[in-house]
Amino acid sequence: WPYCRKRCSYCNFNKYVVPAVDEAAVRACLVREAQTLLRLSRVRSITSVFFGGGTPSLASPGTIAAVLEAVAGAAHLPADAEVTLEVNPSSASTPRLAGFRAAGVNRLSIGVQSLDDAELRLLGREHTAAEAREAVEAARRLFPGRTSIDLLFGLPGQSRSAWARGLEAALGLCDDHVSLYQLTLERGTVLAAQVQGGSLPTPAQDLLADMYHTACDALVAAGFRHYEVSNFARKGALSTHNLSYWRAEQYIGVGPGAHGRFVPWGEGSCSREARVQTLEPDAWMREVQSRGHGTRRRVVLSPLEQLEEVLALGLRTDEGITQERWGRFSPQLSLEAVFGVPGEAQELQQQGWLVLDGSGLRCSREGLALLDSLLPALLCQLQR
Amino acid sequence: MALAGRTALRWARLWSPRPAAGALRLPSWRPAACVRLYGSRGEEKLDMSMYPVESIRNFSIIAHVDHGKSTLADRLLEITGTIAKTGCNKQVLDKLQVERERGITVKAQSASLFYNHNEVNYLLNLIDTPGHVDFSYEVSRSLSACQGVILVVDANEGIQAQTVANFYLAFEAQLAIIPVINKIDLKNADPERVEKQIEKLFDIPVDECVRISAKRGTNVEKVLQKVIEKIPPPHCNTADPLKALVFDSTFDHYRGVIANIALFGGEIEKGHKIVSAHTKKRYEVNEVGILTPNEQPTHKLYAGQVGYLIAGMKEVTEAQIGDTLFLYKQPVEPLPGFKSAKPMVFAGMYPVDQTEYNNLKSALERLTLNDSSVNVHRDNSLALGAGWRLGFLGLLHMEVFNQRLEQEYNMSVILTAPTVPYKAVLSSAKLIKEYGKKEITIISPAQFPDKLSVSEYLEPTVLGTIVTPQEYIGKIIVLCQDRRAVQKDMLYIDEHRVMLKYLFPLNEIVVDFYDALKSLSSGYASFDYEDAGYQAADLIKMDILLNGNPVEELATIVHKLKAYRKNVVAKCYGGDITRRMKLLKRQAEGKKLMRKIGNVEVPRDAFIRVLKRQTDK
Repeated sequence: WPYCRKRCSYCNFNKYVVPAVDEAAVRACLVREAQTLLRLSRVRSITSVFFGGGTPSLASPGTIAAVLEAVAGAAHLPADAEVTLEVNPSSASTPRLAGFRAAGVNRLSIGVQSLDDAELRLLGREHTAAEAREAVEAARRLFPGRTSIDLLFGLPGQSRSAWARGLEAALGLCDDHVSLYQLTLERGTVLAAQVQGGSLPTPAQDLLADMYHTACDALVAAGFRHYEVSNFARKGALSTHNLSYWRAEQYIGVGPGAHGRFVPWGEGSCSREARVQTLEPDAWMREVQSRGHGTRRRVVLSPLEQLEEVLALGLRTDEGITQERWGRFSPQLSLEAVFGVPGEAQELQQQGWLVLDGSGLRCSREGLALLDSLLPALLCQLQR
Repeated sequence: MALAGRTALRWARLWSPRPAAGALRLPSWRPAACVRLYGSRGEEKLDMSMYPVESIRNFSIIAHVDHGKSTLADRLLEITGTIAKTGCNKQVLDKLQVERERGITVKAQSASLFYNHNEVNYLLNLIDTPGHVDFSYEVSRSLSACQGVILVVDANEGIQAQTVANFYLAFEAQLAIIPVINKIDLKNADPERVEKQIEKLFDIPVDECVRISAKRGTNVEKVLQKVIEKIPPPHCNTADPLKALVFDSTFDHYRGVIANIALFGGEIEKGHKIVSAHTKKRYEVNEVGILTPNEQPTHKLYAGQVGYLIAGMKEVTEAQIGDTLFLYKQPVEPLPGFKSAKPMVFAGMYPVDQTEYNNLKSALERLTLNDSSVNVHRDNSLALGAGWRLGFLGLLHMEVFNQRLEQEYNMSVILTAPTVPYKAVLSSAKLIKEYGKKEITIISPAQFPDKLSVSEYLEPTVLGTIVTPQEYIGKIIVLCQDRRAVQKDMLYIDEHRVMLKYLFPLNEIVVDFYDALKSLSSGYASFDYEDAGYQAADLIKMDILLNGNPVEELATIVHKLKAYRKNVVAKCYGGDITRRMKLLKRQAEGKKLMRKIGNVEVPRDAFIRVLKRQTDK
């Protein structure tokens, strides 16, 4: 759902702020595209559904229900499949959330970002900290054990102590899943312009490193499993949907700007493709209406490219890349054959950042924090 | 003369002011798109004698970043008919691609506007100034050619760091200041509050403020009228000998250096022989003219007027900002305030691969053709090969420079922290004989003599002056202490501002001190420095061990207290995987340029990370 009521100062996702949304039209197109792509992919069973955006909680529960029905109609959607909806605290009243639950949603991801009003203003968010709290509490009542919150750190001008306070507040409030993101200043956003223009300070690299580590320690101490670079879960509340990204499984993107990775057997192809749907909603709608789907770009991924994705994404998780999964994408060359020989991987292992053993290849706790620096070296080795 | 007079009269009739409300009516012979007014160069030359000194106003627009300087400039150009009014006039005076992209002005431009008010034809010279603090020297030179400024303040944001800094520059230059409150069309505008801020901080009465919307054009004509009423004409005489200030220069491949000049006395025309006060070199004038904003030749330029000059100069260093030009055999007192650009931020610049060296060399030469404020010295690193040590006016200057290198010359470079020249006083007779002297300069870590052979190490120092509003004193003192600086002086220059003098080791300020200072003072603190000789220092050579063997190339010289490293954090974000893969693969490509040392292949990245500034824990 690409629409938002307001632009946040840091966001560079595919979002649109329009005075009026023709919900019926968008709904019809989402339904149509879902059906078309599902048929194209010949997928038989769905493991999870994720509603992202934009601000999906601005869509009416009816639209969510319609999409889910369409999915269930074109493939098998098990009753216990994870269905997540991204929610903005300003559109998360109890009745509304209940409506989404009735429509079939069984998990919520709430864009809290911060529990400090001044920080929220800096980020251009639509809600206050109090509203965020209410939203999380309402969510936990309706979706106990299935609510996740998003947190941002590394805001311009944010001090260590401010982050520590924020963490504490968040830990007291959260359910069993937390997504932690470092604020990235993207070119073209209001926040980036402010920092560049000098009216806001740039956060120091060391401070950012400290904030991340403080957060990891605090979350682990509170019983969370650090199962992915940015994601923490306790009592087994991992996000099935996101795991499928990192395990390089198949996923279908529906809606403006959505991404997908699947094999379009329906067209007679047998190669995994990377696909993107048209970004601009009006253009996307026209395309869906005329040919059933609004795929803007599709690129066949070569075996090497697929392996690169498996590597880069798999290492983000604590389980890493299993021998079995690697074998599926690389039947001839095992993990040992690529990374077990003298080279970058061995050096990194010696440094204690990487582990290669019988179960697979993964980063150590310390290595996970440095992943961005390790990957290019490993990619080089893989290419050879 | 008669012909020129008639021509000038026709122009004067054409450029009379339009009714503010209606659309601009353009003379029928002019094409509709945003094109220059006049015909091609070389045709009818303007006669500038039509504009006596009393009808001239030289002014600048100053403001904090993004408060609307350049948009106001666009509107003024449109109202006076200098450019056609169409939708595409966006920051017309910003000519560089990087300026348009980032929405900033890097080089100052000027334009001469003609405006009729109360039956009199006025010549208004507008000098657009860079908004960013890195370029305050350019701003001050442009201001010295003006008698007044328009101070633009955003009606919502109010007074900001650059507003204050620029106000002081204008105030100290004793210029008339016209406060203009912009963006009144926006929802959060609060002009009344801003007017009170202006009255309180700058002591300018509320009723002198003009409220406008540069974007919509609201009230902009009033600004022009205020310029005529409040800004005095220049105080100079055409009868005096020639005295011209160079306040900018650009390099044109076909015509050579084009110098922007303001005449403080006398007159200038083609054929005159002039001399530069700074270089003492002599030139013959080929062409003079005004900028509208493109070059429009004229017969002559007279005292009080602003325009350009082409005189056979081959490099922009021959026409430095702040220089004075006078007629051969009629030397004058040079205009005060000239100084060579002082670099604040330094970086080592190396080609990604040594095979690219020559390409980078010519790219650097061409870029610096038009930017005489970049300091360039050749340098050599064992790890990265031959390269340069560059000095910039600030971090933005360096970023813009880097961006232009990438965009205009397609060059990717490695930027590293530079070396500073340390010294050692030798105690070993053998080494003294080898070097031929007792005190040597150490250019690279490989040359670092062992502690046993040295009686004393020395490091270069500078005396830094910081001017800041008092609320930041605490944080600044901590910052300076963190950089091993010793306070030499502290005094209150007025009830709001303090001046601090610190003695800094040079290596502590060469990369990010300036940026850190600006950061923690929200841009309000300023910094300047001068060489202060050498002082004794406790230096050690930090060896990096790889597999237990010291790697010479990676060694750096650091002060004992600072030999620690911090690890890099992976960026964690949700989002598009394709984009991330692209970025990673690009990094992998970079990694492919590896350097073999012994049996170990060390990724270039590791070199760079270590050579880059290490901060302490």
